Parts: sequence; C-alpha cells; structure tokens
Amino acid sequence: MPTKEDLAIAKQMPDAGGHFGQFGGRYVSETLMAALQQLEQTYEKLWRDPQFQAEFDHDLAHYVGRPSPLYHAERLSRELGGAQIYLKREDLNHTGAHKVNNTIGQALLAKFTGKPRVSAETGAGQHGVATATVAARLGLECTVYMGEEDIRRQALNVYRMKLLGAEVVSVTSGTRTLKDAMNEAMRDWVTNVDNTFYIIGTAAGPHPYPKLVRDFQSIIGREARQQCLAQTGKLPDALVACVGGGSNAIGLFHPFIEDADVRMIGVEAGGYGIETGQHAAPLSSHCRPGVLHGNRTCLMSDEGGQVIGTHSVSAGLDYPGVGPEHSYLQEIGRAEYTAINDDEALHAFRHLTLTEGIMPALESSHAVAEAMKMAPTMGKDQIILVNLSGRGDKDIHTVAEIDGINF
Amino acid sequence: MSRITECFNNLKSQGRKALIPYVTAGDPEPKVTLPLMHALVESGADIIELGIPFSDPMADGPVIQLACERALLHGTRLVDVLDMVAEFRKTNQTTPVVLMGYLNPIEVMGYSAFADKAKAVGLDGVLTVDLPPEEAGEFNQLMKASDIDVIYLLAPTTEEARIKQICAAGSGYVYYVSVKGVTGSASLNVAEVADKLEIIRRHTDMPVGVGFGIRDDASARAISEVADGVIVGSVLVNKIAELAGNQEQIPGAVAAITASMRQAMDK
Ligand SMILES: Cc1ncc(COP(=O)(O)O)c(C=O)c1O
Repeated sequence: MPTKEDLAIAKQMPDAGGHFGQFGGRYVSETLMAALQQLEQTYEKLWRDPQFQAEFDHDLAHYVGRPSPLYHAERLSRELGGAQIYLKREDLNHTGAHKVNNTIGQALLAKFTGKPRVSAETGAGQHGVATATVAARLGLECTVYMGEEDIRRQALNVYRMKLLGAEVVSVTSGTRTLKDAMNEAMRDWVTNVDNTFYIIGTAAGPHPYPKLVRDFQSIIGREARQQCLAQTGKLPDALVACVGGGSNAIGLFHPFIEDADVRMIGVEAGGYGIETGQHAAPLSSHCRPGVLHGNRTCLMSDEGGQVIGTHSVSAGLDYPGVGPEHSYLQEIGRAEYTAINDDEALHAFRHLTLTEGIMPALESSHAVAEAMKMAPTMGKDQIILVNLSGRGDKDIHTVAEIDGINF
Repeated sequence: MSRITECFNNLKSQGRKALIPYVTAGDPEPKVTLPLMHALVESGADIIELGIPFSDPMADGPVIQLACERALLHGTRLVDVLDMVAEFRKTNQTTPVVLMGYLNPIEVMGYSAFADKAKAVGLDGVLTVDLPPEEAGEFNQLMKASDIDVIYLLAPTTEEARIKQICAAGSGYVYYVSVKGVTGSASLNVAEVADKLEIIRRHTDMPVGVGFGIRDDASARAISEVADGVIVGSVLVNKIAELAGNQEQIPGAVAAITASMRQAMDK
C-alpha cells in the first residue's frame, strides 16, 4: 500500500519531463519536439490563466451541459443486493461521451495558438465526433483518422463527423484500428506541424498530452466527489471506469488519488478472454513496459518488440497500450486493473438498458459489468461510483448485428 | 577511432562525400538482405543503414511501412537483424553498418543486452527515430561503453540551442531530416538545406548526413555539394517492392540505382 507521502507525490505527477515514475516521457521523432515544447509552454501558461479557465468553464456549462448528473441506479443496486451503484452520467454530455471535455480544452488551446487546422485519431468515433464538433464551432479545418475496421463498425459516427464538416480518412495500414489511426495522425502532424493542432483523444501520447488530457478530464472526478458527498454524506468506496487509453478513468480517478480509502478500479477490454491472448488489456495481463506513440507504458508487444494486434467488441478500448499514468498508478499500488470480456460487456449493455433505461456505450458497459460483479460482494451501505463514459446509440448497429438483425 | 569516423575522414581526404543507402532488413525476405548489402558496397555505398522492421513505423511513409510489413511477414526480428550484421562482417570489415529503427524492439531486448550483441556482431552505429537525447541517458551510456555511435536526427524545426545539445549527445554523424514530413515525402529544397547545414556546422565538427526526399541522381548530387553524406531510402525500397516477385534481381537492380548516384556525386 502506498503511504500518504507516496500519494502526495503521485498527485503531483508528472515531473518536468512528463514522467510518471518510469512511465510517460516524450519519445518522438525530432520534427515534433519543437511543437511539443511549444504546446507545453502554451498549456502551462494558459491553464493558470483566469481568462482561459473562465472560457473553459463557460463552455463546459453552456455547451457541454455540465455538471453531468450523478445518478443512483436504485433498481440495479436493489437487484444485485449489495453495494449502491451510482453512475456519473458522462453519456448526457453534448455529443454523448466524456470525450468532449477534452476537445473543448484542446480546441481552446488551438484557438489561443492561432492554428487554423486540427487533426485527431479516433477509435469508436466519439473523439472524432467531439473534435469535429468543436472544430465546426470554431471554424477550424478538421481531419480525423480512423481505422478501416472501425469505420465499418462505427458507421453512424463516421457520418456524423462528415455532417459536421470533417474529413474522415480511412486508415488501411496495420490492424486498421485505433493504434494505426494514431500512427497516421502522428504522420499527418509531422507533415503539417506548422498549421495543425493535433487533438489527441486519450490520456496517452508524448508529454504534455497525458497531463493536459487528464487535467481537462478531471472535471469528472471533481464533480463526482462533490456530488457523492452532497448526496450520500461520504466518499464512494470504489471508483470504476473503463480504460482504453485511459482518459475517462484518469479524469475520474485523479481528484481522488489522496483519498486512500477510495479504491480505484480500471476495467480493460478482455476481448475473447485474457487467456486467449485476444484482448486489449495491457495492465491486467501484466505486459512489460514498452514505447509506442510517444510514451513509455505497459504495452502489448511480442518477444521481438512488435506491437501485438488487439481485439475488443468495443472500438474505443481496442488499443494495445494505455496512458502512462495508469501504468504508474498500478505500479505504486494505488489503482487496480481488471478485464471484462466481450460477452460480459454485452450482457451489461443489455442489462443496464432494461433495468435503468440507460443504454451505455460498449466501452462504458465494461465498467458497468465490473460494478455488477463487485456489488453483490459488498455491503448495502457501500458505494460504487461508475463512470458512465458514453451513451450506446453508436453501438446499436454492433449489437443488432450480433442479434442477427440488419437494418 | 570508430569505423564511421574513419570512413568520413578517408572520404574527406579524397574530397568525396558519403553515399549512405537505407534498406529495411528482411525485406522482402531475410535471405535477400545479405547479398543486397554486399551489392550496395560494390556499387559505391560508404555506410549502410539497415532498418529494423517495426509494426508501427510512425515516422515513415507508405513505402517503408510496406517494407516493414513484408519483413515482419517473414518474422525478421531484431536478433535476426543483428545476425545479418554478423554475417556481413565475416567478409567485410571496413564498411560501417548503422541500425535504424524505433525504440520498442531495443527496449524489449533490453539496452544492455542490445549493446553487448551490437558490439559482438560488429555494428557501428544506431539511430532510434523515437528516442530523443532527453530520454536517452542510460541508452547513450551503454552504447558508448560498447563503442557504438549514437546517431541523432536534426529537423527543420530544430532550434539552434537544441542543435547544440543534440550534437553534443551524438557521435559518428548527425542526420539532418531535410523535409517536414515522413520518409518518402515530397521533394526537398536544396537552398533551405544549405542554410540549415550552415547553422548546424556552427555547433559541431561531426559530419552531417542529409536524408528524406533524395530520389534521383540530380538530388543526390545537389545534396552532396552541401552535405557530408547523402542518405537515400525510399527509392531503393520502392525498387525492392517492385521486384518482390523476382528476388534474385533485387541486389543488382538496387545497386544500379546507387551506382548511378555514386557517379553523379563523384563528377
Ligand atoms: C464512451 C467511451 N468510453 C471510453 C472510451 C475509451 O477511451 P478512454 O480510455 O480514453 O476513456 C471511449 C473511446 O472511444 C469512448 O467512446
């Protein structure tokens, strides 16, 4: 168990070089170094600037619709017969997921730095939609990279992005999923570094991205902490969030790091099962550290250091790495990581829909499934706070396909 | 003195510039690489940059991405690439070989195991695209202890203070990336390159190689007039791709391109 001092240190991470212990850092080709240094300076200045903060808060309130509710899922909790489950309703945000908290913040940075074009990678398409949305609002040119396989499974979001005026580029290299979209977005950035602001969609990538994405997403945890205290008079016993790159999870976790009694549980995609090797769970399968997309983190790669293809029913979790802060929180023993398989996530998707009338994104369904496992093992007076990171509209197509239904 | 430094010194005394071809090891099949390396040397190559295949070559354009995919299809791992260097050294003890690639394969092998093997097989230098000097403290130390030169990239976006810092960290030569973009991207501007090289030379006595965007005899010659080394990759890899079905023709056809560049540079 980490000590109080350990946790105080953890809360202050990363260091000046963007390191979270042995993880994080800035592992990029030289062409990008100047842009990252400039971004770091801009961010450090603006994040402390009252005018920037006021604009960010204003947009979160009036454009995104924050604060998002903390909802007591009474029927689900009663049925499970154990802990009380509370859902942090990021699904109710404008554009339907937590992703927009981050794109609002990064688009503001783009605006302050005067870049006329933004680019992004996307898996489930939620980050792509959230980026295209803020780009439309600010009149910025927008290019979104998306793996061919994800374009197929998230067709609705692809069309949404196009309606929002974004160019969606199909990525056909490698595994044709999120990892490859990120490669392509980095290639775009190397080429267009003078006029483009790269809006990363998760708490990964080279420093300062993991830090700034976390800071923008931490609104989730700050609100949830206050709301939980206000509604129940105490802090939750456990936080549960799904982990793809880890932005919704770190946004929830970070404000609770020094609350040592609050467990933090990150749920990765178990795919067909950890034992099959076909998953996207670098932390819960105890992968060794590796370097990909600009940072050192736990990474699914083979004996030769080649990155391994992943599998998850949910496009947004289908990523072989994870944000470096999660690798760090696991290493120091502050957060725990586990995996939920495709079929368990699909069951949770249906179950939450039927019991609470809330249709979660397949990504978020992983967190719901874990909470459903935990609740019966806990007391009725205990609280599990689940980050419901997004809504499931985008996944209806995937679920229908599994049910053999074609529209 | 390292083999790389010796090579540049010899060239300098002859008033010539280094021709540095890049090929991806194991492309399209492992058995092609060794004869290809020898053919490149015969055609006039001074240093060989051998690419370590990687699943996610983020700084490379489609040509080298596909080369990596072909090489990985046949399971070319970092240990195999090092073995190729060992084989090459059996008959060639003079031409420097530099491995170029991404950090993760080296990270997974372990820096110290890599340094030991690299020394044992007779490797001369290593260039890891995604390992800037800020993150390379331990790596640099281990390589230096094994007498392996660590070659760093400089980019059009690299500011002067940083040029100084990078040149201080590296050895052998520095690699100036002539365009903002991935490998194989649009043509370069020789005047701009010359201006930047002038700044770089204020901060280092090391030779400067220029790569990215050199695609024919004319651009090789133009760059050889301003730089110490001409690095050429995508055009060669393209030829390899074209001949993937006729592998016995690859060494000859690729060497024909470098031979012609050599002539253009020496005119
Ligand atoms: C609804 C939702 N939740 C979670 C994720 C996973 O991302 P992260 O781990 O960064 O929160 C995504 C990504 O697309 C998403 O759309």
